[in-house]
Parts: sequence; structure tokens; C-alpha cells
Amino acid sequence: MKPISILKAAAFAAALIPAAALAYRFYRFFYSQEFTALPANPGDYITDQTGTWALALLVITLTVTPLRRLTKWNDLVKLRRMLGLFSFFYATLHMLTWVVFVNFFDVTAMIADVAKRPYITVGMATFLILLSLAVTSNRFAQRRLGRRWQKLHRLVYAAAIGGVIHFWWQVKADITLPRRWAVAVALLLAFRVWWAWRHKTPPARPQPARPHQLPM
Amino acid sequence: MLIRKAPDVRSSEITPKNVYLRRREFLQASAAALVAAGYGSLAGPADAQARTKLKGPIKKSPLSTLGPNDKINLYQHVTTYNNFYEFGTGKDEPAVNARNFRTTPWTLEVEGEVAKPAKYQLEDFIKPFALEERVYRMRCVEAWSMVIPWVGIPLKDVVDRVQPTGKAQYIEFVTLYDTGRMPMQRSAVLDWPYTEGLRLDEARHPLALLAVGLYDEVLPGQNGAPMRLVVPWKYGFKGGKSIVKMRFVDKQPKNTWQVMAAHEYGFFANVNPNVDHPRWSQARERRLPDFLPTTKTLMFNGYDQVASLYSGMDLRKNY
Repeated sequence: MKPISILKAAAFAAALIPAAALAYRFYRFFYSQEFTALPANPGDYITDQTGTWALALLVITLTVTPLRRLTKWNDLVKLRRMLGLFSFFYATLHMLTWVVFVNFFDVTAMIADVAKRPYITVGMATFLILLSLAVTSNRFAQRRLGRRWQKLHRLVYAAAIGGVIHFWWQVKADITLPRRWAVAVALLLAFRVWWAWRHKTPPARPQPARPHQLPM
Repeated sequence: MLIRKAPDVRSSEITPKNVYLRRREFLQASAAALVAAGYGSLAGPADAQARTKLKGPIKKSPLSTLGPNDKINLYQHVTTYNNFYEFGTGKDEPAVNARNFRTTPWTLEVEGEVAKPAKYQLEDFIKPFALEERVYRMRCVEAWSMVIPWVGIPLKDVVDRVQPTGKAQYIEFVTLYDTGRMPMQRSAVLDWPYTEGLRLDEARHPLALLAVGLYDEVLPGQNGAPMRLVVPWKYGFKGGKSIVKMRFVDKQPKNTWQVMAAHEYGFFANVNPNVDHPRWSQARERRLPDFLPTTKTLMFNGYDQVASLYSGMDLRKNY
């Protein structure tokens, strides 16, 4: 087996751990009647956990390209789609916790939530971005969209920023955690800007600083 | 003796700052280890804590509210799911970080517009009053609620005893400010010390309580030891914890959360299903440990007998 295949299998298993841990707590809570398996506010806990892992996996997805560039191990790109889909998986669970544990299927309440509360609006927009990226993540869509595919998938940067804003705006006072994610996302985006600047193809546009390249 | 005596803490036992600052990682790591070892991490902190029965007779109060849907919560839940930022902003952190919180000796200061401003040793202050058990619903502003068997003394009796002057209109309750004993006060997450306030007639309502215990036991640190305010018709944050000062004043005091975000938290903070928090609806609540917000929130948290305190007031403006 190629090293990348082993790494991919390991990453797949690792990305499932948070969901498995949650499922195991549920199992103990409901089937073993072990009421301390979940904190006093289980609904909040599940919402927090799934939201955190959606953001974490999005950030991990964004580290693939920098790592690939720095290590020149191009096979790493084979992890990217899978990790992105895992982020979408947790984001979907997170969105469902909002439907069930926050609004209890009350459609009017959900519409009001999205319309009135900026952090929900941003969260929903972020989810819709992830949804559109997930459904176009297959080869068929890639071929079909051609050059537009890459443009569309650049929205992942907006999703990462949206995820951080959504987290930041919902905390009451202690911004320690959202600030950490903001720093992570900022560094990952900064890497891309730096890389693009460093590897700019020289005659991209006229550069006054280099007179010999000016049109004659 | 009423208040549990904790051993003095040697400086060698105090967590070094670098360890303290990494406490989340430490907690996460230990929680992960516990999960890996296959047993619940939540049972740990609260059970490890010394639990002391309150001395003296405890009267069951007719003011306790035990409706058909008001099942008393587990001790476990009441003592491991706390908003007490002085000991950490995570709900599970106060139970861990307040484990060795020393509450003896404790000085309570009564000052301002009263006949006899004075400093009391808390034990002496409480001695003249009979302890009562009051089972109350507690509705948090975060849309969850619990049913808690508090033990305490009616605030009304305390107010009458210290004799407010004619100028007194409000009482300000001030929480301990001691960065050595309340570690999170080193951060600027709130404007310390935590302060809360009541209008004098609210404080004199028979439901308002100064709690010193739970489940017939001495109040644990994470719940606001040694003495905290309980105002069951208001959101939980109105219940100032670990009170060191009661100041009788003529002007409406600022409460901490109002200072932090005035558009989200007001002075009155009466439970009100018709006035949403800007970031979530207050129409329903999760009665913990329920998963779902299926409990309808009631006006004044179901304590209708306080309605007359607010007759003629616009509770939308005075949220």
C-alpha cells in the first residue's frame, strides 16, 4: 500500500472518532441509563461538539495545501476532498442539532432565527456554501464545471471565515476559543497570499519596478 | 458550626500559573484519558468534593414550588453545570476550579443607607435566622432550567433586620474579588467584581432568598458558597454568588452583565417568554437534563405572585 493510502485510511478513522465518541455517550445514556454519560445540558453539548468539529475539520482541510507545498509531497492533495466532506458531515449534524435541539422543528422559529440573528444567518450561509461544495466534490461535477469548478471551490475560504464569525458572535463573553480559530484561519489564508506573491509568474502584468519588461 | 472549615492551602499546593493557563489542554487530555479508560469523566470532580450536612433544623417552606413537571434535578447536574465565570467560563470548570475554595473566615459587609452599617462574620450574620428549604425553578437566560432544593434565609428578614433608611431604594450585591482564590478574575472576561442589584421592594418579596445550601448540605463553591442570592422569577444571572457586600443605595446600580452588553441583559431580567434575547428566543426552555426545548417558558418563571411588583411597567423596555 502506498504511504498516502495508509495516511488516508488513518485520517478517515481519526475523523470519525468525535462522532463515534458522541454516539457512544448516547448509547450509554439511553441504553445503559447512565445519566452522567452526557453533561446536564445534552442538547447544548451536542451542538457545541458538532460545531467545533465542523470548524476543526475545515481548518484541517485548509492545511492540506500549505503542507503539500512545503513538503512537496503532492499526494497529500488526495486527502483534501475526504477531509472537506467530513467537515460537511459535522456541519450537517450541527445544523440538525439546531433544527431539533434548539428549535424543535418549529419552522417559523427557524425562519425568524435566520432572519433576526446575525450569527445564525452567517452560520446558515456557511452551511449552504459547504453544501454546494460537497455536492460538486465529485469528478463528474469537476468535469462538468471545468474552470468554474476551482472558482466555486475558492468559496471554502469564505466558509472558513464564516465559521469563525458564527462562533465568535455566539459566545457570551469569553472569546478565547473563537480567537484561536480566527488565528488559525488567518495564518492559513496568509500562507496562500504569501505563496501566490512568491510564485507570481514574472510577466503577469507590467511592472514599473523592472524597466526592461516595459513594452517597447 | 455552619460553615465548613477547609484546611489552609500551602503555597506549594497552588497551581503554578503556567499550568493553570494550560488548564483547558490539561482537562481535555485528562477527559480524553478517562474516556479512553472507559468510564465517565463527569462523576469525578463533584464526588471528590467534601460534602457537609448543614447544622440545625431546616424548615420546609410552603413557598417551595413542586408542580407536576418540577422534578428536582440530580445533585450531580446542579453541581457540575454552572455559570460562575470567576472559576472558568466552561460550564464544567467551576466544579473543578472551586473544589478548594476557602469560605472561612468570611466577612459580609452591609453598608450605605441602613440604620446600622456593619461588618459581620457570616456565621454571626446568619445565626439569628431560621434555615428554610425552598425548592425553586431556576431559569437561565441561556434557555435552560433546573429545579433546585435551596436552603437559605429569606432576604426580606435580612433587609428588615438591617433597617434601610428612607433613602434606600435598591440593594447592590457584590461578589468576592480575590484573584488568588478566584483564578479567572485574572482575565478580563467580565468587569470584576461581579455585581447584581434588586429594587428594595423586590428584595422584600417573600420569594427572594439568600441561599447557604443545597440538598440540606453546605453550598458548594461552584454554586456560590458561602452565600448567594436566589431570585426565582428572574434569570439565573441575577443571583449574585459568594457575596461579600450588600450596599443599600438610592440609585439603580449597574449589574455586571448589563455593563458587558446592555442591549442583551437589563437590570430587571425578569423571566419573560415574550421578550427574546437578541440571539435566541426565550419562548421555550430545556428542562435539564432534557434534550429538547419542549418546556414552555412561563412569565416570571411561573411565579405569578410577583406580578404586582411591576404593574404599570413596560417589561419590554425594562427587560
